[in-house]
Amino acid sequence: MKKILAAAALSAMALGASAQITGDIFIHDPSTIVRCNGVYYTFGTGSGGLMSDDGYTWRSGAVRPGGGVAPDALKIGDRYLVTYSGNYPGTQGKTHGIATTMWATTLNPDSVDYSKEELVAWAGADDDCYCIDPALLLDPTTGRLWMSYGTYFGAIRIVELDPKTAKRLEKSEPVDIAIDCEATALMYHNGWYYLLGTHGTCCDGTNSTYNIVCGRSREVTGPYVDNVGRDMLQGGGKMVLSAGNRVTGPGHFGHYVEEEGCEKMSCHFEADFERSGKSVLGIRSLLWKNDWPVAADPFKEGTFEIESERRGYALELAVDFVRINAGRGFGNASTPNESIPNQMLSDVIGDWPKGNIDVRLGDYMFRPHQRWTVTAVGDKGGYLGAPYYKITIEGSNRALAATADGELTAVPQYTGAPEQLWRIEQLIDGTYRIINEKVPGKEGKQLALVCTGDCSLTLGKYDFNDVNCKWNFRDR
Amino acid sequence: MRKTALFFAVLACGTVFAQNRPGAAQQAQPTSVNPVFDKYKQPDVSLDVYFDKSGSKAATPDKDGFIRRWSLLEPISKPEIRSNTLFTDSWLRNEFAHEYFEGQMTILPDDGQTVEVSIQKQAARGPQGMGMPRGMQAQPAAPEYEKVPLKWHCLDSKRYNVKLYRFAKAQSLRPTEGLFLAVTVVNAPADMTVRLAAGSNSASMWWVNGQEALLLSGDRRMVVDDGVSKAITLKKGKNIVRGAIINGPGMSDFCLRFLDESGKPVTNLTVTNK
Repeated sequence: MKKILAAAALSAMALGASAQITGDIFIHDPSTIVRCNGVYYTFGTGSGGLMSDDGYTWRSGAVRPGGGVAPDALKIGDRYLVTYSGNYPGTQGKTHGIATTMWATTLNPDSVDYSKEELVAWAGADDDCYCIDPALLLDPTTGRLWMSYGTYFGAIRIVELDPKTAKRLEKSEPVDIAIDCEATALMYHNGWYYLLGTHGTCCDGTNSTYNIVCGRSREVTGPYVDNVGRDMLQGGGKMVLSAGNRVTGPGHFGHYVEEEGCEKMSCHFEADFERSGKSVLGIRSLLWKNDWPVAADPFKEGTFEIESERRGYALELAVDFVRINAGRGFGNASTPNESIPNQMLSDVIGDWPKGNIDVRLGDYMFRPHQRWTVTAVGDKGGYLGAPYYKITIEGSNRALAATADGELTAVPQYTGAPEQLWRIEQLIDGTYRIINEKVPGKEGKQLALVCTGDCSLTLGKYDFNDVNCKWNFRDR
Repeated sequence: MRKTALFFAVLACGTVFAQNRPGAAQQAQPTSVNPVFDKYKQPDVSLDVYFDKSGSKAATPDKDGFIRRWSLLEPISKPEIRSNTLFTDSWLRNEFAHEYFEGQMTILPDDGQTVEVSIQKQAARGPQGMGMPRGMQAQPAAPEYEKVPLKWHCLDSKRYNVKLYRFAKAQSLRPTEGLFLAVTVVNAPADMTVRLAAGSNSASMWWVNGQEALLLSGDRRMVVDDGVSKAITLKKGKNIVRGAIINGPGMSDFCLRFLDESGKPVTNLTVTNK
């Protein structure tokens, strides 16, 4: 019996750890994820890459010519710019790595039309730099295009490219901005430029100590300094993501902004313990703490209070509050202490309506009508980085659902209907948004849980700057 | 990412260090047909870009406290190190306890002084040094050993960090898969409670006045103040600081300084080779 329980526990752990993305997710050195005509793409070392219609289920099939290693991709206007490190005519033996750029008007593998490659960066054959792992940043404040490159061998460098042609600007000389990183990336946030790099040991499977660190600077050309004031030219770097949740070796950061307040990061993990230790694509929510990026842990299924950020009230069924007939305040200190059991679902469910029950917000008292079990529903698809979830009352199948008129209810039985599928995403401030995008008749329209008052809620448009749209999952 | 290096190791690395002796390196010089590279000036990576010869006048730490004057022994070749993942604490303690030559832990060498070191012979195994990924190099035949004379060099680094890779390369020695030994003399104006702070690529061990102060184990990149020792005493006058730095593929370097009791760099020292 113990063996069975242990197996069940392991199985549950496996589901929890791997309920992030699914399909053919095997890749190394993935580029930043870009979306083209509704399809997500990422390219890796070697030829090709992965693609996904929803961001949750991935497949091979993306096309990138040139082979080589460690590409990056960026949408500029209505074109897609791809860079990678590879071979180039006449450079063999003269360089220690090169990087090229090319354009495409679509990433659709059936009609992709990459332009001729432009050589934009290189390192001399005996240079203190190894020109691989190019990464792109279109500065949102100036419109200027930058590329970082380099790896564990010496300096990480940055050069400026022409955002119209993706050729290197003639006046742009490489600037050293870090040492001994691999797989760098650049991003901008709130007045800061960030240089991300990978430290640790690559390519050692389950033992890879790869980890993603960063420094920040007010200027795109540095100095990039970590949280203890150490320049990345001195090896500095603040941790963004390391091993955990049964994956090791995160590397090759990519930044993806869903919309204001909802950001994601992509990477590879050197080894997925649920997939024979293979290298896989990883996608996490990206949080910002004091203007430092932090990778969120994947959302873990469980039973929670769903707390409004607005007032701190809890999502609950609109049913009678049932008193617990035990315990009084102002007790006599001399009497023995006894444990009072929690109120159980069986204590109250008999008095609940059998049909749909409205939902509202109220004081959290850890009662059955306030305890919600959140479970991944892997066979119903998902969104960028995660599957849809069902949200049910603990110990029952009563499920939170959207109604056709844009309100909320709790239906007696979870059936897998689209209006019962929830998108749960951690926002940059650590709170969550809870969205249904599958309501029949309103497909594709994102309807978020929104407080209309302290005790009431509805479905509405998500707005990061509106506290009514934010929620916390609390295990207490 | 080091796996990807295989691609470029084949493409770009034309240097084969067939012997660990000066003058043995052979640099391939293919002809470019690309105009970009016909104009491109290869960087100067000669020794004097990175080091000066130590002068007779005592040096001081730089403004950030980094010790730049060191006597460096030409690298003890360790071709058997094909992966830095073997740098566990116990492996390193065993390696650093090995005496390669008599007086290894007491010598304060003269510039140019030679010691006879027993090292493993290197077979010609194809491209070395830059970019061969860890664990992906060909297995050598059973090792053979030979006595090799290695020279001490008294140098002042021009940078806060001591670029061992460039030091070795400038001597036409194998710059990777090697053990570097370093020693310097730190002269304190009075007894001082300090902590030794070091970073190294890859693993290293540091001793002050013959006592182990710090071990940096594992596959490591050089990071300022990566490891900091417990509080130690620099005694008034001469203190001998020794280091052993070991690396497989990649660029070896290190940096070292002392921090005072408030964590600030110690700069009121002088540094000599003797």
